[in-house]
Amino acid sequence: MAILEVNELTKDFGSTKVLKGISFSLEEGKVLSIIGSSGSGKTTLLRCINGLETATTGKISVNDKVVFDSTVTDKKELKALRHNQQNIGLVFQQFNLFPQYTALGNVTLAMKLAAKKRPDYKKNKKSILEEIDATAKKYLDKVGLSDKLGNYPCELSGGQQQRVSIARALAMNPQILFFDEPTSALDPELTGEILKTIRQLAEDNMTMVIVTHEMNFAKDVSDEVIFMDDGVIAEQGTPEEVLVNPKNPRTKAFLNTYEK
Amino acid sequence: MFLTVTQALLEGFATTLELFIMTLIFALPLGLIISFGSMSKIKPIKWFVRTFVWIIRGTPLMLQLIIIFYVPGMVGMWARDQETTNVFIEWLATWKVMERFSAALVSFVINYACYFSEIYRGGIESISKGQYEACHVLGMSKPQAFFHVVLLQVIKRIIPPMSNEIITLVKDTSLARIISVYEIIWSGEAFIKSDGLLWPLFYTGAFFLLACGLLTILFNKIEKKLSFFSV
Repeated sequence: MAILEVNELTKDFGSTKVLKGISFSLEEGKVLSIIGSSGSGKTTLLRCINGLETATTGKISVNDKVVFDSTVTDKKELKALRHNQQNIGLVFQQFNLFPQYTALGNVTLAMKLAAKKRPDYKKNKKSILEEIDATAKKYLDKVGLSDKLGNYPCELSGGQQQRVSIARALAMNPQILFFDEPTSALDPELTGEILKTIRQLAEDNMTMVIVTHEMNFAKDVSDEVIFMDDGVIAEQGTPEEVLVNPKNPRTKAFLNTYEK
Repeated sequence: MFLTVTQALLEGFATTLELFIMTLIFALPLGLIISFGSMSKIKPIKWFVRTFVWIIRGTPLMLQLIIIFYVPGMVGMWARDQETTNVFIEWLATWKVMERFSAALVSFVINYACYFSEIYRGGIESISKGQYEACHVLGMSKPQAFFHVVLLQVIKRIIPPMSNEIITLVKDTSLARIISVYEIIWSGEAFIKSDGLLWPLFYTGAFFLLACGLLTILFNKIEKKLSFFSV
């Protein structure tokens, strides 16, 4: 069963058409890589699915629940749909950690704020907060940062910061985790540790969509690859099909630039 | 003589401090409201507020003091001359010359709130969109994002320009002298007329130095306190 379904998605910024009708679906537990040159619409696609941008037309469903439908014009209804979007996690290119919170604080903040709405919050405050801390520690341990719980982002390397942000996204228990060029802000030395973390998640059968420029990594980790060009899906298939034996001349030209 | 002068100056300085503290109490929150106005998505509000800020920042504070001190009285006098039973004009006729200290306070609050508002606006707009987006994908509401994530970063950013502006305010209070508020400069000046002494006026500088020195220490402490993170 498809956990993510995108139907005929388009997005215009003024008169510029960035997405020109994107459709694809993703099975649970699979890893999808989206590749393509800058400006091809990869990041915009991710942001539309995540609700950071509102698509112009089209429909998006997560787990068979519609999260966006451009035919719905009623604002309240649209907002209600968007509520279903919360089981999508996102890891940003620029990490976007909260600088005044420690690694642990970054992971727990959203959970602690959400916990305040629980009816038993006042009664069991202490145990709830302890439980949240334990959950956060579990995820920070998973990304190999159990010794950095009390460090502030400015005391961590770029790779460590990105791993905190992965832990932060995981802690929300998302059904799908999105990565927006997770290694583009890192130097090659630090890229490895992020890719290792993502690889581990793939082994745990986390459903993931990764926008990346790391072709070898995409080949390794993905079950499916989409090559985007000028706002459309130019080629789609297994890593073997798209990255090793591309049929589309645009894909070939793009991949050639990497081999040099 | 030194003690007599010090005592007299302290009296004036009390008014100076009162004006300073009262201005901060009102202008700090008012500035935030003005900054929200100048960032408003509703265009008429935005342009009205920005024009107001332009007028206040574009004219001398001394002129504003004089206008706020005299204009209510002038309006009242004009209203008293009208032969009408209009309720509004009768109400205007009850306006008298504003009390000196209140006039000074109102002028300072309006003036400084406008300057503060621009500092707040700069601070709020300097926070990267990514911070709000991270909050959004983590399911936080907009107020939660502002109060739990953005606000402290804004405070850290605006401490240096705010300390500058607040230290300027300490010395700007001496402008109230123009509408005869009995502040420290006035009390120093009084000794020229009464005893032919000039040094008490120079001596007032020590009081300003002391106040600004203490404020500098305070702001350094706050900066240090917020140095555990970088924005």
